[in-house]
Amino acid sequence: MATNATTEPLASRGSTDASDALNRVGGLWRYMKRNPSIIAGSVMLGIIVLFWAFGTLMTSPKDAKDLAFAPPNKRPSLQNPHPCYSSENPRELCFAYDDIERPHLLGTDRLGKDILASFSQGIPQTVMIGLIAGSVGTVVGTLLAFGAGYYGGVLDATIRFIVDTLQTIPGILILIIITIAWRDVGGGEMTFIQLSLIIAMLAWLGPTRVIRSQVLVMKQRSYVEMARLSGMSGPEVILKEMVPNLMPFIVANFVLAVSSAILASIGLEALGLGDFSSNTLGMMIYHNIWYGSLVNGWWWWWSPPIIVIVILFIGLFMLSRGMDEWANPRLRRRF
Amino acid sequence: MFVAVVFVATSFNFFLPRFTGQDPIATRLELLAAEGDTIRAEDYKALIETYNAKFGLDRPLVFQYLTYLSAAVRFDFGNSITKYPTRVSELVNQAMPWSIGLLVTSTLLAFLVGTLGGAVLAWQHGPKAAFELILPPFFLLAAVPYYLLGLILIWLLAFQAKLLPLGGGYAPTTLPDWSDFGFLFEVFKHSLLPALSIVLASIGFWALGMRSMMITMQGEDYMLQAEAKGLTKMRTFFRYAVRNAVLPQTTALALTLPHVVSGAILVERIFGYPGIGRVLYEAITGFDYFVIQGVVYIIVLAIAFAMLVIDVVYPLLDPRISYSSA
Repeated sequence: MATNATTEPLASRGSTDASDALNRVGGLWRYMKRNPSIIAGSVMLGIIVLFWAFGTLMTSPKDAKDLAFAPPNKRPSLQNPHPCYSSENPRELCFAYDDIERPHLLGTDRLGKDILASFSQGIPQTVMIGLIAGSVGTVVGTLLAFGAGYYGGVLDATIRFIVDTLQTIPGILILIIITIAWRDVGGGEMTFIQLSLIIAMLAWLGPTRVIRSQVLVMKQRSYVEMARLSGMSGPEVILKEMVPNLMPFIVANFVLAVSSAILASIGLEALGLGDFSSNTLGMMIYHNIWYGSLVNGWWWWWSPPIIVIVILFIGLFMLSRGMDEWANPRLRRRF
Repeated sequence: MFVAVVFVATSFNFFLPRFTGQDPIATRLELLAAEGDTIRAEDYKALIETYNAKFGLDRPLVFQYLTYLSAAVRFDFGNSITKYPTRVSELVNQAMPWSIGLLVTSTLLAFLVGTLGGAVLAWQHGPKAAFELILPPFFLLAAVPYYLLGLILIWLLAFQAKLLPLGGGYAPTTLPDWSDFGFLFEVFKHSLLPALSIVLASIGFWALGMRSMMITMQGEDYMLQAEAKGLTKMRTFFRYAVRNAVLPQTTALALTLPHVVSGAILVERIFGYPGIGRVLYEAITGFDYFVIQGVVYIIVLAIAFAMLVIDVVYPLLDPRISYSSA
C-alpha cells in the first residue's frame, strides 16, 4: 500500500485499494445475506439467462421459423394437408427444417418450430419489450414525479389528476384500443418494438405516482432545504441532492415497471394483438391457446413457456421486493 | 372523479383510433364492404350509412365528438360488424351478468380469505405455524398472472383429473334455463375453475398487505391498552387489530379493481367463459370496432361505479370519515 501511495499519490485519494474493495464486496455480501429476496430473484433471472444461452448454443435461429417458410415438400398443401401428423417422434408435431439433422430437445410445435429455438429468440424479445417500456416509463415517470412533487401547485394538481384518472381505467383496455388502431393502419403488421412503445405510453403512471410521494417526503428533509437556502436552483437541487438519494428507490421502481410492462405485453399477445413474426413468450401462449394444446395433450409445448414466464415474474417480483427493502430499510422491520 | 373517469374513457374511445391520422373504423368498413364475403355487401353499405349518419364523418371533429358523447351516454354503440343486425348493447347485456357474477364472488372471496390469513399470520398469539406453511406459496402465486394459473388448473383438474369441465359457461348440450336447479349447478361447476384461478392468484396479494398493516397496528398504543384492560385475545384481535388494519385494505380493493378486471378478461378468454372478456376477444379478432368501444366503455363504467360504491360504504367501516358537513 505504501508503494502504491508513493508511485501513484493521486490514487489513494479515491480509496480504491484492493483491501478496501474487498471490504466493500464483503459488506455487500453481508447485506445480501440479510436480504435474501435479492439473491433469490437474481438466481431466478440467472436461470432464465442460462436457459436462453443453452438454447442459443444448441439450436439455430432457422429452427424457430414456422411452416410458412418451410421447403415446398414440407409445406401444407392440398395433397399433404397435415405434414405435421406424419412424424414418428411423439414430441414432434411438425417440423419445417430438416436440412441439418439436429435433435429437438424440447420437441417441436404445431407451427413447425423447434421449441428450444423459439425460446432462444423469444426470451430476449420479451425482455426487450420489458426494458424499452420499463425505461421509458421510469424516465418519464421520474421527470413528472419531480416536476409535480418539487414544484407543486397547478403542475402537481394536473399531473395527479391525470394519473388518478388513468389508473382507474384498466390499462389493457386503453392498450387494446391503441394497438388495434396502430395494427390496422400498419396493414395488420406490428413489430414487437412497436408493441413495446405502445405499452410505454402507459408505463409512466405507476412510477409517477410512487416516486412523487417520495419526492414530497424528501423535500422536507433538512439537507434539501439547506441546499435551497444556499441558493441552488430547482433543477440543481433535484439533480445534485434528491436524485442521488432517491436512486435506489427509482431502480426498484424500474424493476417493477419492467415486470408490469412484460405482464401487459403477454396479456396483449395472448389476446391476439402481438407481433406474429416474433417468438415472444406471449405469442407462444397465444399459439398454445389457439391450437388447443392443453386439450390435445401436447404438454411439451404449453408447459415450457408457462414455466419460464412464472420463473421470470417471480424472479422480478423478488428482485423488486429486495430492492425496495434496500431503498427503504425501514421496511425491514415490517416484512 | 366518477364523471371524469367515464368522460376520459369515452374520449379515448373516440380520439385514440383517430390519432393514427385516418379513421380505421371507416377504412375497415369500406374494406369489408368491398370484400363482402361473410355478410352481404348491402349490409355493410347499410352499416357505413348508419355510421356516417350517426357520427357525421364529413362534419367537423368537434361536432363528431359531441354526437359520440351523447350516444355513449345513451349506451348506443350501434350494430356489431361481424354479427350484423345484433346491437352492441344486446351483446354486452348478455355477457355482463356472467362476468359480474364471476368477478364479484371470486374477488370478495380472495379478499376475505387473504385478509384473514394475513391477519392471523401477523398475530403474535395466533396459530401462526400452520399459516406460515400455507401462505408463503400464495405470496409467490400473487406474482403469476391469473390466466397462466388458469391454464395450469385446466390441465390439472379438468384434463388430467377430469373433475371439472374444460371451459364454457354451461355444457353445450344443455339449454339455458335459469329456473332449473340442475342447470344452476352446471353453471356453478363451470365457473369453479375460472373463479379458483382468480382466487388462488390474488389471495397472496391481500395476505401480504394485511400482514404488514397488522404488524404496524400491533405497535400502536391502543393495542397495549386493550391488552392491559384484560380483554380476551379474540376481542383484541377482531375488534382492535383487524378492525383498524382492514381500512387500508378496503382502499386497496378500490385501487386494484382495474388490475383484477384486466386479469379477468384474459381468464375468460382462456376458459371460453361467456362473459364480457370473451365478447371483447371475439371483437378483437373480428375487427368489430363498435363492440370493442362498447365493451371498453361498459367496463370502465362498471369499475368507476364499483369504486363509487366502495367510497360510499367506507364511512360505515371508518366512523372517522363522514361525508356530511357536520
